[in-house]
Amino acid sequence: MLLEIQNLSKVYGVSCGECLDLTGVADDSCICPVCDSVVAMNRVSLSLDGKEVLGIVGESGSGKSTLLQLIYQDQCPDNGRIFYNGFCDRHGVPLNIFEASVSECSVLRNKEMSMIYQNPRMGLNYLFSAGGNIAEKIIGAGERSYEVVRNRVIELMGRLELPTSRVDNYPDTFSGGQQQRIQIAKALSSSPKLLLLDEPTTGLDLSVQAKLLDLIKELQKEMGFAMIIVSHDLGVINHLTDVTMVMKHGCLVEYGLTDQILEDPQQPYTQLLVSSIL
Amino acid sequence: MKLDVRQIEKQFVLHNRGGVRVTGFSDISFNVARGELLALVGPSGAGKSSVLKAIYRTYLVNGGSILFHRQDGTVVDLAVCTESSVLELRQREIGFVTQFLKVLPRISALQAVAAPLLELGEEEDAARRRAAELLAFLNIREELFDISPLTFSGGEQQRVNIARGVIAPKELLLLDEPTASLDEESSSRVLKLLGNLKKQNIAMIGIFHDQRKVDQVADHCYRILREA
Ligand SMILES: Nc1ncnc2c1ncn2[C@@H]1O[C@H](COP(=O)(O)OP(=O)(O)OP(=O)(O)O)[C@@H](O)[C@H]1O
Ligand SMILES: Nc1ncnc2c1ncn2[C@@H]1O[C@H](COP(=O)(O)OP(=O)(O)O)[C@@H](O)[C@H]1O
Ligand SMILES: [Mg+2]
Ligand SMILES: [Mg+2]
Ligand SMILES: [Zn+2]
Repeated sequence: MLLEIQNLSKVYGVSCGECLDLTGVADDSCICPVCDSVVAMNRVSLSLDGKEVLGIVGESGSGKSTLLQLIYQDQCPDNGRIFYNGFCDRHGVPLNIFEASVSECSVLRNKEMSMIYQNPRMGLNYLFSAGGNIAEKIIGAGERSYEVVRNRVIELMGRLELPTSRVDNYPDTFSGGQQQRIQIAKALSSSPKLLLLDEPTTGLDLSVQAKLLDLIKELQKEMGFAMIIVSHDLGVINHLTDVTMVMKHGCLVEYGLTDQILEDPQQPYTQLLVSSIL
Repeated sequence: MKLDVRQIEKQFVLHNRGGVRVTGFSDISFNVARGELLALVGPSGAGKSSVLKAIYRTYLVNGGSILFHRQDGTVVDLAVCTESSVLELRQREIGFVTQFLKVLPRISALQAVAAPLLELGEEEDAARRRAAELLAFLNIREELFDISPLTFSGGEQQRVNIARGVIAPKELLLLDEPTASLDEESSSRVLKLLGNLKKQNIAMIGIFHDQRKVDQVADHCYRILREA
């Protein structure tokens, strides 16, 4: 098991204490009728094996990005725990990653996991060159030799089909698809075991999307990391993922093998989602 | 014993069509031993494809068990085991040759067929050679080897699909109408391949329409009747 999420909840606003029970699929809302808080994540449990690719689908505002941000520790939950393989105390007892110290947290975020944001502006520093952005993560993961860092940057740019002659140019001077590939090169530079992708191809034109997705799939097979990918596009989910979770109003509606979710969806909401797109 | 299917049943509940229930199949029981081919036969709509999909867990059953005997001697119930174990079994022990080819557009026919061997760690050259042999045996013209099979005719695609499914055969193979859109000559080649797989101790479940083909390759036949 690479990742084990237990009973995770996140409420935005001052909770009245009943928010989780008063919202969800049955109530058809994620806004608490008593205190108006937004329940972005409602008691979600889930586990992921190494090398598995998990897709997250669901309508806008259902909590998909929130889940990725919680895993990446961009956010703190109100409840629940996340265990990550190998993250243990001195006696080998698994620790909740939300109890990590600053330095442990940095190892989890810089070395073990990487996040790819929908908007490359979130994931890249536009005051650094393309190469500088990639190098930053390699250095963050502990590498100190200039030679090694430089060579790894060039190698990754080549692998992501970016012109290596432009290593010292700023992200702004690259096309949207290229900026996204710089972000991916950066994310992969620390050889993470878990890659988190939030709508990585939305906003790119279709042919660029298809090539980028093929490339991500190729890299995943080659490097063998696990992936969690949020997408509105069931074609992307079908193409890239092994298992899929369906979210609505902060709740996990259905989880299963991706082909099962697409061909034999069980829940009314999943059936609607699948039929409206097919 | 390789697979033991006991009283499985399947209803599809269409929640957005007023909750109407469609029967996929009901009360299906059979078993398959290593080195045996079981033919599933029955009228269109009887549930043959659905049974194969249930074994592969693309469909969830409403009842019954699907006991699979693994290489290591343990037994798992495919109806209820975890998604992760199904994924692992699909990767190593259970293969599905569907009626439709699903490959990336940038991949040539030869690469598509060689891929399962490469995944097992076979060398590039050897894998490509074996793939070429198989394609040639299935009467695919050599000039097609290096282009994407997505542009092939239905019957050609089906043969590429079969070649891909048998090049590194998993111990249990599910075959949905492997000879459906093929001419006599190509079908008999496919049946010959399946015969060879039996000698390699592979267990198979195949859907066939033509009784002569069933007689030719199947050890047993399971007939599914349409619900009255
Ligand atoms: N920082 C925040 N403060 C207040 N509310 C927030 C915050 N972040 C998210 N939310 C709310 O939490 C809910 C879940 O948001 P989230 O971004 O996870 O949705 P999503 O599923 O990723 O949607 P989309 O598909 O539109 O990206 C939404 O109602 C959102 O408005
Ligand atoms: N995904 C599905 N959703 C709803 N009904 C389905 C689905 N798949 C199959 N069925 C129904 O189940 C029955 C059996 O279908 P199928 O297994 O394809 O039959 P066969 O392969 O024997 O021709 C049919 O009535 C079919 O319409
Ligand atoms: Mg989002
Ligand atoms: Mg059928
Ligand atoms: Zn409340």
